[in-house]
Amino acid sequence: MTVAETPSALNFECETGNYHTFCPISCVAWLYQKIEDSFFLVIGTKTCGYFLQNAMGVMIFAEPRYAMAELEEGDISAKLNDYEELKRLCQQIKRDRNPSVIVWIGTCTTEIIKMDLEGLAPRLEAEIGIPIVTARANGLDYAFTQGEDTVLAAMAHKCPKEAPKEEAEKTERNAISKLMNFGRKKEDITAGDAEYVDHPPLVLFGSLPDPVVTNLTLELKKQGVKVSGWLPSKRFTELPVIEEGYYVSGVNPFLSRTATTLMRRRKTKLIGAPFPIGPDGTRAWIEKICSVFGIEPQGLEEREAKIWENLEDYIKLIRGKSVFFMGDNLLEVSLARFLIRCGMTCPEIGIPYMDKRYQKAELDLLEKTCSDMGVPLPTIVEKPDNYNQLQRIKDIQPDLVITGMAHANPLEARGINTKWSVEFTFAQIHGFTNARDILELATRPLRRNNNLKDLGWDKLVKEEAKV
Amino acid sequence: MKLAYWMYAGPAHIGTLRIASSFKNVHAIMHAPLGDDYFNVMRSMLERERDFTPVTASVVDRKVLARGSQEKVIDNITRKDQEENPDLIVLTPTCTSSILQEDLQNFVDRAQLESKGDVLLADVNHYRVNELQAGDRTLSQIVEFYINKARKKGELPQGKTEKPSVNIIGISTLGFHNNHDCTELKRLMADLGIEVNAVIPDKASVHDLKNLSRAWFNLVPYRELGPMTAEYLAKEFEMPYVDITPMGVVETARCIRKIQEVLNAQGANVDYEDYIENQTLHVSQAAWFSRSIDCQNLTGKKAVVFGDSTHAAAMTKILAREMGIHVVLAGTYCKYDKDWFREQVGEYCDEILVSEDHGEIGDAIARIEPAAIFGTQMERHVGKRLDIPCGVIAAPIHIQDFPVGYKPFLGYEGTNQMADLVYNSFTLGMEDHLLEIFGGHDTKEVITKGISAGSDLNWTKEAQTELNKVPGFVRGKVKRNTEKFAREREFSEISLEVMYAAKEAVGA
Ligand code: SF4
Ligand code: SF4
Repeated sequence: MTVAETPSALNFECETGNYHTFCPISCVAWLYQKIEDSFFLVIGTKTCGYFLQNAMGVMIFAEPRYAMAELEEGDISAKLNDYEELKRLCQQIKRDRNPSVIVWIGTCTTEIIKMDLEGLAPRLEAEIGIPIVTARANGLDYAFTQGEDTVLAAMAHKCPKEAPKEEAEKTERNAISKLMNFGRKKEDITAGDAEYVDHPPLVLFGSLPDPVVTNLTLELKKQGVKVSGWLPSKRFTELPVIEEGYYVSGVNPFLSRTATTLMRRRKTKLIGAPFPIGPDGTRAWIEKICSVFGIEPQGLEEREAKIWENLEDYIKLIRGKSVFFMGDNLLEVSLARFLIRCGMTCPEIGIPYMDKRYQKAELDLLEKTCSDMGVPLPTIVEKPDNYNQLQRIKDIQPDLVITGMAHANPLEARGINTKWSVEFTFAQIHGFTNARDILELATRPLRRNNNLKDLGWDKLVKEEAKV
Repeated sequence: MKLAYWMYAGPAHIGTLRIASSFKNVHAIMHAPLGDDYFNVMRSMLERERDFTPVTASVVDRKVLARGSQEKVIDNITRKDQEENPDLIVLTPTCTSSILQEDLQNFVDRAQLESKGDVLLADVNHYRVNELQAGDRTLSQIVEFYINKARKKGELPQGKTEKPSVNIIGISTLGFHNNHDCTELKRLMADLGIEVNAVIPDKASVHDLKNLSRAWFNLVPYRELGPMTAEYLAKEFEMPYVDITPMGVVETARCIRKIQEVLNAQGANVDYEDYIENQTLHVSQAAWFSRSIDCQNLTGKKAVVFGDSTHAAAMTKILAREMGIHVVLAGTYCKYDKDWFREQVGEYCDEILVSEDHGEIGDAIARIEPAAIFGTQMERHVGKRLDIPCGVIAAPIHIQDFPVGYKPFLGYEGTNQMADLVYNSFTLGMEDHLLEIFGGHDTKEVITKGISAGSDLNWTKEAQTELNKVPGFVRGKVKRNTEKFAREREFSEISLEVMYAAKEAVGA
């Protein structure tokens, strides 16, 4: 690989190789926890079920809110009636768990046998009285985190089309509080609204842990921007209203279908910004949103500088070192951009799928960051070939490789520092304050191996490693 | 369609991949969608494997779906053949891709023309069998292939090894405590003066498979992996096999006696009785444990056993015969092996359960309320919820089944490990005494029928405080007894009074 000369523009490659990543149905693991009144039904084979059980460690605890609808030979050969079968299962779920929504997760098998989930859902939801969302999170078309994208894109259709007519009903219910606020005007009652600038409603999309949701919402509030709602919400029954003309913005780089759905089908306007990962990304994200609403952001520069200052103890561990992304969860570009800003170099960003339009602002920021820092631009390799990557890793000997779980131990055994990419999927990495957590993760192998380095145990395989 | 929450055995391709990747220098190609290659993760994470897992997915994507894989699978096979020079490449579909009904045999035949190594299609019905059956089948398929190949080339060796020797069949990657079992079996064979001719498939070279027939007999420690191969070798070469699992003092002795019989029938003159006696009485601590005062307190305690057929049957026998524990229920998820299982455990337990439904076994545990469970990770979870200790004795595997220290289940060291497991799983000594004080002895009635029924009873603050004062290890039992008492008398709230009344009533 020739990283020596600095290319002027980002270099994209597509290896269409054999690479390792998780199946997109894994999104069930975090989405069922996020949406508290949901039930996820994965319609597939034993292979899918065993994956969820083993690789994702999703196991049934006291009250499981996800299950497999395991397709049997009769289903595959179409001897059984799909509608009746699904109805039987969904009725059982309704009886046992009574969720507010059942999310059907289609799999490769439902694609192969062309089971018409979207066609069956409306009839069935009318019959059993529970909304059904259908997402095709299959491994034929998508990788890992894109599963969330398919679910959110499907859920976007279920967001209410207009705000409920407040007046009549609300006044009734609030009779008492009205009494107590006797004499005051309505504006004063809806406390806090005064802190916001008047702007068209903004809905954010992307599944984040609740503390992070609060955190980002407050960051925007500081600038006078009001977040009208999040997709997904904590409860399905609280999905945000999305009217034509609303603004939307994504917080995760893997949500391009959701973005498209919101724009085309719900006629919203997308604010394309870098993603709020790292202090640099978070600032750019807020600035972009503010600029759309004509707001002059206050104190952001100082805020960012302060955060960087606090990160210095971690940054000095990685400054001048190199990081290689094998590609797994589609967070790669944002993480690379942040780590380059921290002073690292990055020869290669592997990524399962690259939507250059949806990620445009992030890619631009990556280019700018590289030129600011005076380091070469990374090569972005879509659908990488892991075997080839291992050869490149052997040549380059990067200081840190961020990789899927299958390759971490073998690389460590060959003296290469690794960090699991999945950890970044599950950790809280968004916003200003969580930047520390990203570095806590990224520097852990370096810190650990620093502790061990005097032992001389860095090559733990006998034969000359085939890396 | 079937609503499923949990699987005891994986899908067929996992079994095939376990065999292929156990062999040295064998590569597996999966004809599968991108997300199906988590076998690599399991092997790398659970076994902490230092080498790259020799499994590659030939990815089935939208294009393949529309037009068939065409050259893709063949390209991937020939590419691997060049990159890594494996002796053998095994091609397997997953249950998902097998629906596509592509002519994989044809791909294999064509790839073989351009490959230096051998290429095989795993001969398994991916929709009908599970991981265990598929593994057993794949192993025998590979063995057959190489024996036939050697025969064609006239390379089959004649005769037996000079000294008595054995093939240990069924040790594989991602097997439950397989590594440690293998070490223990090798030690045992050394003690018995038996040479190990081969261990398969673990770290074996396919080129050595032709020498299997040189061993005097085959040892098949597990029901789940190896019997088909042993059968094949018996048919082909009239090789006897011993399939008694040497787990527990009694069964280990029985296994050794069987080996003695097999060897002597072939002209050896061995007598292992002294060895067995010495090991049993003086080396292994397990027999002494059974006789010790600790174990006396286990007499008549109730246990539930559940697992694969090998471990569940062996554990049932150990508990019942060697420790005087009352096995109320013994069960297995190996439905295809139910006849054998029934025959093995029939006389050692009250009930037998053969089921793949974790709910069924969970409910049975809730109903029986044993003092301890010996089961899989699933039963351990059930146990946690019901406050019943559980020793894990069988797959599905979990990171905890790959301890860094030496923990075999088989052989004489295995008997020690079992004694520890049993001891640690029951509440003993001082704790037993406390249980008595709180009226915690085996109770006959059922509290609630299912395991998922949560507590619908309210505890008053005072009662709750009192409950919290009860030592942790008996608290669950006290709580359950009190709630049962309250339910029987239809109290909806548990006050201090109810709590004391319960204690008296149960104690009476
Ligand atoms: S890749 Fe397809 S078949 Fe495999 S687990 Fe994912 S959805 Fe199921
Ligand atoms: S404790 Fe956690 S990791 Fe272990 S079996 Fe239970 S769920 Fe799985």
